[in-house]
Amino acid sequence: MQIIQPHYHAIARTAQDYERMAMSGVVAVCEPAFWAGFDRRHPETFIDYFAQISEFEPTRAAEFGIRHYCWVAVNPKEAENRELTQEVLKQMPEFLEKPTCLGVGETGLHKSTANEIESLQAHVELAMKHDQLVLIHTPHLSDKAHGTKTVLEVLAGMDVNPDKIWIDHVEEQTIEPVLDAGYWAGMTLYPVTKCSPRRAVDILEKYPRERLLVNSSADWGPSDPFTLQESIVEFRRRGHSLQDAVEIYHNNPCRFLGQNPKWDIKPITISE
Amino acid sequence: MLSPQKTLDTYYLEARRDLLEVAAMLDRYDQAVKRDGEKAENESKRFSLLKAMEILSKPDHPSANRAEQLLNHFSEIS
Repeated sequence: MQIIQPHYHAIARTAQDYERMAMSGVVAVCEPAFWAGFDRRHPETFIDYFAQISEFEPTRAAEFGIRHYCWVAVNPKEAENRELTQEVLKQMPEFLEKPTCLGVGETGLHKSTANEIESLQAHVELAMKHDQLVLIHTPHLSDKAHGTKTVLEVLAGMDVNPDKIWIDHVEEQTIEPVLDAGYWAGMTLYPVTKCSPRRAVDILEKYPRERLLVNSSADWGPSDPFTLQESIVEFRRRGHSLQDAVEIYHNNPCRFLGQNPKWDIKPITISE
Repeated sequence: MLSPQKTLDTYYLEARRDLLEVAAMLDRYDQAVKRDGEKAENESKRFSLLKAMEILSKPDHPSANRAEQLLNHFSEIS
């Protein structure tokens, strides 16, 4: 089965992960810009990071026959530094022109502070101005419900196209308002702190699937690229067809990401 | 040996995850009942899980033997 990993922090992972993902059917990964585990002090550090994910990382993935795409943004944790955020935002349009850059992300909220909200608004404005897709991070654990509500309130006050916005890390308590508002919703499967493969399949069985994305994220923390495949196995184990699995794990990412013409992987139909 | 606070801080998130899995499993069952229009012929496993949570929710366990109590409880299910 061909699989797309829509949210994957490749620079934090090994070549062996690429190799095993390729062996399991992954044909493309998408790498949003994120937090490095420490707060970066200089805009130039972000510029080098953006160059790494837009220029170098595609070559590393290509060694294993995997297509690599990226997104650029100042993540919510570092958005607390307003000066740094503004400097990086000024330089982002250059990277939006890169042949593998799909849009602005991951922006969003962490603790839902005033500075984070200002940064989220600035990122979304930039994306809309340049007709880009947006990937929005929602907070972890006890901050999630409030942070997701705040994200939706911020977006409701802006002139945005919901078709082009993916709100990520939804769980049982946050998925409904995201879908009701017309956005794409992503489930991130973590071993401990986010959704699990089984719970994700429960959600897939409960809600309309047309705007649902599933990803592993997989970064430098406790995470696992293969939670995505675990959820595929769980989905199939419950009797869903291979084509239904393809629709969720390959074709939905194609439909959302394909709104950017740089994404040229098309939805597929399996004949069983 | 871990201090009381360190014990909570170390294992809270994993316990949270495991409880969410139990909650999701019970929801999954309810969804299946709704979909099929009937309950399982034998619901003893479901009742066993609910009883296990009752055992866990007792206010104090001076002998710290919840795991042993649950194993004894689960041994009654075939």
